[in-house]
Amino acid sequence: MLIAGRACLILALVIALYGIGASLYGASSGRREWVASGRRAVYALAGVLVLAFAILEAAFLRSDFSFTLVAGHSSTTTPTFYRATAVLSSQEGSLLLWVVLLGLWSSLLLFLTRRRAREVAPYATAVLMGFAAFFCSLLVFLESPFVLSSPAPAEGVGLNPLLRHPSMMIHPPMLYSGYTLFAVPFAFAIGALITRRLDASWIRVTRPFTLAAWGFLGIGVILGARWSYTELGWGGYWAWDPVENASLMPWLTGTAFLHSMMIQEKRGMLKTWNVSLILATGVLAILGTFLVRSGILQSIHAFGASTLGIPFLVLIVVMIAGSVGLVVSRASELRSEHRLDSLLSREAMFLLNNLVLVGMCFVIFWGTFFPLISEAITGTKASVGPPWFNRVIVPLALALVLLSGIGPAIAWRRATVANLRRNLLKPALVAVAVAAALGAFAGAAESPAALAMFALSAFVLAVVTQELWRGVRVRRTMSGEAVPRALVSLVRRNRRRYGGYLVHVGVAVLFAGVAASSAFQTARDVELQVGQSTRVGGYDVKYARATGELQPAPNGRLEKIDFGAELQISRDGSPQGTLVTKRSFFPTSDPNLGPVSRFFEGEATSEVGLQAGLRRDMWSAVSPSVADLRPQIAEGDRVFTDAAGALSPEQRDGALAQALDGLTRSYAGDPPPATFRLIASPLVSWIWVGAIVVFLGGLVAIWPAPRTAPRPAAAAYAARVARELGRA
Amino acid sequence: MDPSRKRKIRFVAASACALILAGALVYTSFSASSEARTPSQLASSATPGEVYQLTGKVQPGSISSSGTTHSFRVRDRAGNVSIPVSYTGALPDPFRDGREIIVDVRKQGSTFVGERDTLVTKCPSKFTAEQKT
Amino acid sequence: MELLVVLVVVALVVLVVSAPLRSGSAFVEAQESAERADLEAARDAKYREIRELELDFRTGKLSEEDFRAQDRALRADAVELLRRLDALGESEGKPSNRR
Repeated sequence: MLIAGRACLILALVIALYGIGASLYGASSGRREWVASGRRAVYALAGVLVLAFAILEAAFLRSDFSFTLVAGHSSTTTPTFYRATAVLSSQEGSLLLWVVLLGLWSSLLLFLTRRRAREVAPYATAVLMGFAAFFCSLLVFLESPFVLSSPAPAEGVGLNPLLRHPSMMIHPPMLYSGYTLFAVPFAFAIGALITRRLDASWIRVTRPFTLAAWGFLGIGVILGARWSYTELGWGGYWAWDPVENASLMPWLTGTAFLHSMMIQEKRGMLKTWNVSLILATGVLAILGTFLVRSGILQSIHAFGASTLGIPFLVLIVVMIAGSVGLVVSRASELRSEHRLDSLLSREAMFLLNNLVLVGMCFVIFWGTFFPLISEAITGTKASVGPPWFNRVIVPLALALVLLSGIGPAIAWRRATVANLRRNLLKPALVAVAVAAALGAFAGAAESPAALAMFALSAFVLAVVTQELWRGVRVRRTMSGEAVPRALVSLVRRNRRRYGGYLVHVGVAVLFAGVAASSAFQTARDVELQVGQSTRVGGYDVKYARATGELQPAPNGRLEKIDFGAELQISRDGSPQGTLVTKRSFFPTSDPNLGPVSRFFEGEATSEVGLQAGLRRDMWSAVSPSVADLRPQIAEGDRVFTDAAGALSPEQRDGALAQALDGLTRSYAGDPPPATFRLIASPLVSWIWVGAIVVFLGGLVAIWPAPRTAPRPAAAAYAARVARELGRA
Repeated sequence: MDPSRKRKIRFVAASACALILAGALVYTSFSASSEARTPSQLASSATPGEVYQLTGKVQPGSISSSGTTHSFRVRDRAGNVSIPVSYTGALPDPFRDGREIIVDVRKQGSTFVGERDTLVTKCPSKFTAEQKT
Repeated sequence: MELLVVLVVVALVVLVVSAPLRSGSAFVEAQESAERADLEAARDAKYREIRELELDFRTGKLSEEDFRAQDRALRADAVELLRRLDALGESEGKPSNRR
């Protein structure tokens, strides 16, 4: 099916180019049938790309090693689920996923808006198809997923065991959905600029997609953090690595945009800002996709110098130049309709929030590209590490959380000091009380920044609780419902507002978790003998026993060997549970190594032992001392090479299994000392809980209200009153 | 004060703020940064006590560990000059012979001591043309 | 076999994409319905704003004076939108109350 796959990609490229032409021709000549044809080209593009992707996935699932890509990233010992995800671990496969998602989201967008934004939509279509054409060209000419391996190898290289985690199926599609969904408002902004239709309608039309992009990208980022925490052997969730930063930056500007677009909708202000912000978000999304593949920055995701750096750079330059040119030439249409009435207003808070978020993005950008910046200025590459990032981000994060608490409590246009006092006094008191309590009783004063964050998180929670309470009270006076029902109908009728407030709560909880787990974490690297104990963060951890296990693969061969440990945790004598942590050793297919040592020269991954709790996490990783087993391993190799000729392949496999079994048993029975990394970290779970709350809030905000108006009478009344007002 | 004057003042104040913050950013980044060096560069000239960001490949056969302290040699990506590094702490999962690493080091005597938690091993190439064995 | 699949896909694509072009004079896209959809969306947004302003007032963020002033202005905007909708020539129809 290689030829079919290639043909699909070529066809996709042709369709994309046609889509650009038809949309532009239709828009400029006013012949709507060409615009409609361009729209259908998008649907066709999505269909053809899905087909190409299906062909590729099918090849992975049946381990068709005539596909070079399959041979390079999967193997017969790879479990089925990971065969399906292996396609995403390759450059070609992930590019294909990117453009498939672009096609699907673009189709959805154009279908849902086929009767809206008539003038702007064709240009937006052309921009989206432009992206599609770019990615399809890369796939057709530079990095084709459909390359033939002839003769087909008998076994594939296999999937990097670090990527064998369920998150690996979700993390790339989430990130790419975020990036491609941000292409939608980007495209509409370009279209709005070209057609000079710069009122709020392009924002309104793309709003659900902007929100969805923000949601998906956020999920992608947090999944990456969780994967790092639970899968890798270092115990952290964020390393300020360039690739991590690349996905966070568009999310920050996207968050800023979600707020400032409300100002444009309400007051016709900030038009230039909004357009620039979403254009920057689109550029950052492509930059993120580029950073991962170009090799221009040192990163743990070091996908070395590939052939794609230059094309992406050209695309980014074109995007930036085009955006700047359009904004400058449309300056007169981008004038604000109104001015900021007062610094004490929700508009001002949103503006400040935007400045903080863009500031954060700028700081992260500066730090990420610092090696290149310093090289340009001083001639030598220098880099900044996590300590610098943490130091500069903390004040901005504090400001952000503070603003997210004030925003819900302040009115549009102009708020009086009296009003502010009414709305912010109690929450402020709560914040001070929390700070005092934590400082006095929990020793939180050791880290002023963390204490400040706890206080501000409490502030936000108090503000939102107060808002909900007051809203419920209003609802009850109007409808007489019981409190729970009033709450539900209040939220249902004001989804965006209360969805947004829920997001703020989630963010506050998340930042509290980050503050606690950064400032009050205790980590120890220690070597232990079986039976030995050590102390971490007030807990006693005992290396109870060693474990050794062979893990078979679905095809009967051996997938990996696990050497591990059982750790018993106790606090002041009372047991707190057991942690089971392992190191998995995967074999390499290097023929120069003996059959036993092959297992210990391949990849090794940590299976983290984690006891998560609402108050604290206990995290452990083990590094068994393989060096001490070398004599036995060498012995095993020798025995095998001696007997190699005399045994049949089945007998060899059987004997190998027996020998390895013996090795693992002897490790478990008489283990050498192992090194452990042990971490006691407070409130880490709050990060994941906070993220879930943020996601739920986003869901509430984006959920469409039921079509039949719950109170049609009121709405019609409003209309009638409005008309009567007009006549009076 | 008429509105346009108020707006001008706000604008000037905001710009001044932004400039000061940007200045602080630039200053802290340059003072907190560590220069990137290859093993051959460090072998020839390294100021003792200053932190450098070392990138290179782990010399095959050079890894030895005692407890939580590990010593290994790092050589240039394409070359033979290697320097000794001592690192205390957990080694990242992908760390092994021949892998590319990044670590912040400080020269102490004749070895380079790694700063805690700064050792990063690059994921074996996902996105390159050739496959490594 | 593969080639056949490819040819079928190509044929399908051409059919789908060229459909609007082939229907020639029968192809009519109500220009009005687009403008109507845009205006209805703007109207719904305006209604939402009016309701939110009231909620802001009732939860104590706004003084009565400010509320009355802004409410009047928003309702005037809503009236204008309704006038433009009517001018499109069709009956008002129920507000969809989307979100």
